[in-house]
Amino acid sequence: MTTIALLLITGLGLGALYFLIAAGLSLIWGLMRVLNFAHGAFFTVAAYAGWSASGLAGGASPEVQWLLALAVAVLAGGAFATLTEVLLIRPLYTRHVGQVLVTVGLALATISLVQGGFGSDPKRLALPAWMTGTIAIAGANIPTTRLVVIAFALAVFALLIFFLRRTRFGLIVRAGVENRAMVQALGIDVQRAFTLVFAIGGAAAGLAGMLAGTYYGTIDPGRGTSMLIFAFIVVIIGGLGSVTGSAVAAIVVGVLQQFLNFYGAAGVGDFSVVLLLAVVLLVRPGGFSGSST
Amino acid sequence: MRAAVLIGALIVFAALPFAGFSIPGLFEGTLGGPGTLNLLGLCFVFGALALTYDLVFGYVGLLSFGHALYFATGVYVTAIAVTRWHWSLPAALLLTAVVSVVLPLVLGAVCLRMRDIPFAMVTLAFAQAGSILVAQNPFGLTGGEEGLALGGDTLPAFLVGVANTRNLYWIALVLLIAIYVVAWRAVNSPPGRVWQAIRENERRVAVIGLNPYLYKLGAFVLSAFLASACGVAYLLLQGGANPQVTTADFTLALLVMVVLGGVGTLWGAVLGGVVYEYLDFRLVALSNTSAVQALPGILRVPLSEPLFLLGVLFILLVLFVPGGLGGALRRRLPA
Repeated sequence: MTTIALLLITGLGLGALYFLIAAGLSLIWGLMRVLNFAHGAFFTVAAYAGWSASGLAGGASPEVQWLLALAVAVLAGGAFATLTEVLLIRPLYTRHVGQVLVTVGLALATISLVQGGFGSDPKRLALPAWMTGTIAIAGANIPTTRLVVIAFALAVFALLIFFLRRTRFGLIVRAGVENRAMVQALGIDVQRAFTLVFAIGGAAAGLAGMLAGTYYGTIDPGRGTSMLIFAFIVVIIGGLGSVTGSAVAAIVVGVLQQFLNFYGAAGVGDFSVVLLLAVVLLVRPGGFSGSST
Repeated sequence: MRAAVLIGALIVFAALPFAGFSIPGLFEGTLGGPGTLNLLGLCFVFGALALTYDLVFGYVGLLSFGHALYFATGVYVTAIAVTRWHWSLPAALLLTAVVSVVLPLVLGAVCLRMRDIPFAMVTLAFAQAGSILVAQNPFGLTGGEEGLALGGDTLPAFLVGVANTRNLYWIALVLLIAIYVVAWRAVNSPPGRVWQAIRENERRVAVIGLNPYLYKLGAFVLSAFLASACGVAYLLLQGGANPQVTTADFTLALLVMVVLGGVGTLWGAVLGGVVYEYLDFRLVALSNTSAVQALPGILRVPLSEPLFLLGVLFILLVLFVPGGLGGALRRRLPA
């Protein structure tokens, strides 16, 4: 029982990270039809920006350092994504494959630059004392970081849903996902929505970068890429363009992965997630959810 | 005229192992030396591999992110059969051939249920599964992170050892020519024309009464099979398998090669593969020169990362030279 509780919450934590990456990917794809390979680069750059900021504030208490790192990561992710959209995606407005290719080049270049600048060894992150401990839930000692990650993902989910359902920009984004040409025909500037969605996606990826650092205790240059691939899987299983679908799929994938990695051999969980994807595609080629939020 | 130039170039390349002189700056050591021949052999293999990728990406318009999987199939199945099971080389090659038809047939059948970008994501996911499988070292077969050195006890003697690099070089050259011929025949055959029609307008092909799915699957399997053949040549040249070839980054590198050379042209893809591999190798050498090492960190770090330079080059090409090197050359020399 304790093992199950531990695996469940750890899996939910992992799913929370996947969700933070996948939500942005899914919206970007839904609105702009861009498969954003640079999302892993946003994640990595933001994590290193946050880590550097927390290093600069070396004298402050770990709580302040951690919060500062988190804030810097969110800002860095958002800023990097906005720049990417304006400088690289926008000039290739009519060339979808070109847009994908540019994000591929950006991902390769950025991650190798981070690797060259900071080295490929993992960097330890300064965490507040209460985050290094555990909490007893259902008899299991759950590391507190798992709960922190889950709480942040829930907050982001709530904010995104509020944004999409209750604000004017959210309405434009949802309409754009549904039928972009129609929104443009109504005289609405979709271009601004593109930039906004990229900024939000980048900020969420940046948050994920720092929270992944919190979850694992370290950051390294390669994690963004490996998490990105699972986030892609989450996006497809959840249905492209759907935030709720991504949330559900992220939980399923994260929990499944944890359980099978524990009860099967190492790597079986990762492997079965791909199998799950294949099964979903065979049964429902459009993913589980077709709605726009 | 063009045929004469082509035949001349082939003769020069075939005779290269006998060259005793060197080209300083371009290659270290003499041209016929094992180091240069190994590098050139790898360039040929990557040229051929880029060509196989261009078959699906450039001619059918399928943006596959899983091509590394089929290359790795050639590398690992042969390596395991020869090294772990001590099969003879022909038996190992037969097994590799069977696997490299069956695997893309099954996976392609699933992946091709999706189109465009979802297709790209699904192929990426399957390739990642392959990468995980290799990294996990199941039954001690793949050697995991360490890779797998090719054991020599059943290998023919003419394929082993530094002195025999020239044989491997010739194998790579023949492979490149063979794959070029197969690809050329394929894209100019009736199914090849349907591939290009699918790239332009898939729905229209379906309306005409052809089944695009079957044509796409055919192209997918052919391209994957040829990629596996490249994998075998790579294995022989490298003398072992390394998990690097299974990763998503490797597929992305293939994409860079094809776009670098020019999408949808056979010789452009070959050029892209050769240039990429050459730059990748030489840029590492460049970063170790004293001139680069003496630079301040802000310049030294980017210059020491070949992938950074290639990534930036790639972005610039996509933004400003959509036809790649091949397209730019063709505009200069209207044939």
